[in-house]
Amino acid sequence: MTGAKADECAVITSRIRLARNLRGHSFPGWAKKKEREETLAILRPAVEELSAMKDAFSRELADLTSVQKQVLVERHLISREHAARGDGSGAVIERRQSFSIMLNEEDHLRIQAIRPGLKLKEAYESLSALDSELEEKLEYAFDPTLGYLTTCPTNLGTGLRASAMLHLPGLVLSDQIGQVLQAVNKIGLAVRGLYGEGTESLGNLYQISNQSTLGESEETIIGRLERVITQVAMHEKNAREKLMEDDPDMVADKIGRAYGVLRNAYIIDSKEALNHLSLLRLGGNLEFFPQETVQMCDSLLMDIQQAHLQLHAGAKLSPEKRDTIRAEIMRSRLQSLESPDNRSRTKDQTDRYSEDDNQENA
Amino acid sequence: MKCDYCDSKATVFLTQLAEGQMKKVCLCDSCAKERGVTDPTGFSLADMLLTNFGNSGAKIKAPRTERLTGGAKVCPECGFTLEDLKKVRRFGCGNCYNVFTEELAAMLRGMHKGQSHVGKVPEGLMESHYRYQRMEELRGKLEEAISSENYEAAAELRDEIRKLDEEEVAK
Repeated sequence: MTGAKADECAVITSRIRLARNLRGHSFPGWAKKKEREETLAILRPAVEELSAMKDAFSRELADLTSVQKQVLVERHLISREHAARGDGSGAVIERRQSFSIMLNEEDHLRIQAIRPGLKLKEAYESLSALDSELEEKLEYAFDPTLGYLTTCPTNLGTGLRASAMLHLPGLVLSDQIGQVLQAVNKIGLAVRGLYGEGTESLGNLYQISNQSTLGESEETIIGRLERVITQVAMHEKNAREKLMEDDPDMVADKIGRAYGVLRNAYIIDSKEALNHLSLLRLGGNLEFFPQETVQMCDSLLMDIQQAHLQLHAGAKLSPEKRDTIRAEIMRSRLQSLESPDNRSRTKDQTDRYSEDDNQENA
Repeated sequence: MKCDYCDSKATVFLTQLAEGQMKKVCLCDSCAKERGVTDPTGFSLADMLLTNFGNSGAKIKAPRTERLTGGAKVCPECGFTLEDLKKVRRFGCGNCYNVFTEELAAMLRGMHKGQSHVGKVPEGLMESHYRYQRMEELRGKLEEAISSENYEAAAELRDEIRKLDEEEVAK
């Protein structure tokens, strides 16, 4: 972690979503199937023609299997609510998966940009450009006082939801997480678990997002969120440093055990796997493991989820079979990862040698 | 017991503590399946209670053609009723926002940092919005000019309004 910026350790991804609706058409939740199909026929070509959506993955939800839909949910490319929809709904996803557009979700359009790290401003700018391009072709429902009209009044105004996914093991291990999240909540920001509203926090992962969408500009909303997230990341960094100072054995023990389990387990459910992966990721940040470990953990985080496992296997798997395959993937990916003990010992020895050198030189 | 979404016999019963309240949902086999209730990891009752409105195929009991008696409000464009609004806390179409203004004002209290929009305006609408504002302004002035018998100014204003109108038609 030395030298690394606080937000680089704690912020995994930044996400911006804009809610938009067509003028003169019932919102998707109220529209009959026929009406939804009509709006889809207007929306889909307009979205597919976007310059950013060249060669995009574009499907009607009814044409996707439940596993395919679940994979998109696990990748945060569509919402869980959207995955439950069928006729008259669609998804258009950019090849690199940095933009995704849900058609006939709760609103006619939910357009979204995801970027790694703390990049809310950049994500908004690119998404706003895409939105402006769409607006040339589609007539949005807009009111001078209420702004962009949305199905739910909680999204009125900018229709903007900005959020970041944070990894906060330091604050959890030092029992400060409740306090920090409460403070975030108090200033009107929402804190959620891994998959949004109503989900449990797994793997020390938390999403922080704005709640208010009306009465402030996009820049103000995003600016405040970025400041708060930077502060939370700073608290996380301090908590990690303090843990390493006060109780390095406890930290090493947690990371070592996580490594031991993931390297040797033959059956592992996703909850246990996520929690251990979180500690392994922390180990990467704290230099128990090489820096690349962090990225490896982030991609494993995705690959070991149930729909990803089933997509990988090309078949529907029983929960027992999923746990076995999950363990298999873990063992094989972590095969070349050296034990934290060996690494630190080698490092200590190197340090000692260099101290000896210094003494000799003195 | 009947399913909360259609009239079939309920076979799945769910209870969950959400927002400090015990909430119960009864579902039939097909609605349960449709909503992913059979897959415990992909389902939260809170989500369902919050989004139980018009998901694909889900049938809400009250038929949408139903007109309420006693002069209750209905959106003339989409048929959305006050009762629907109370039930789902969401709107049926953009025009509903012109119909349920009082209810909206109550809902918006404390919901956001402000009451009126600040931020991006669709470029296409910006022009027509400003033209509309300008037109209102000119009409007001025209009325004023006529009532004060300033016919010269009134003629000028009339020409300006006509010009704006022609521009609108040309667009």
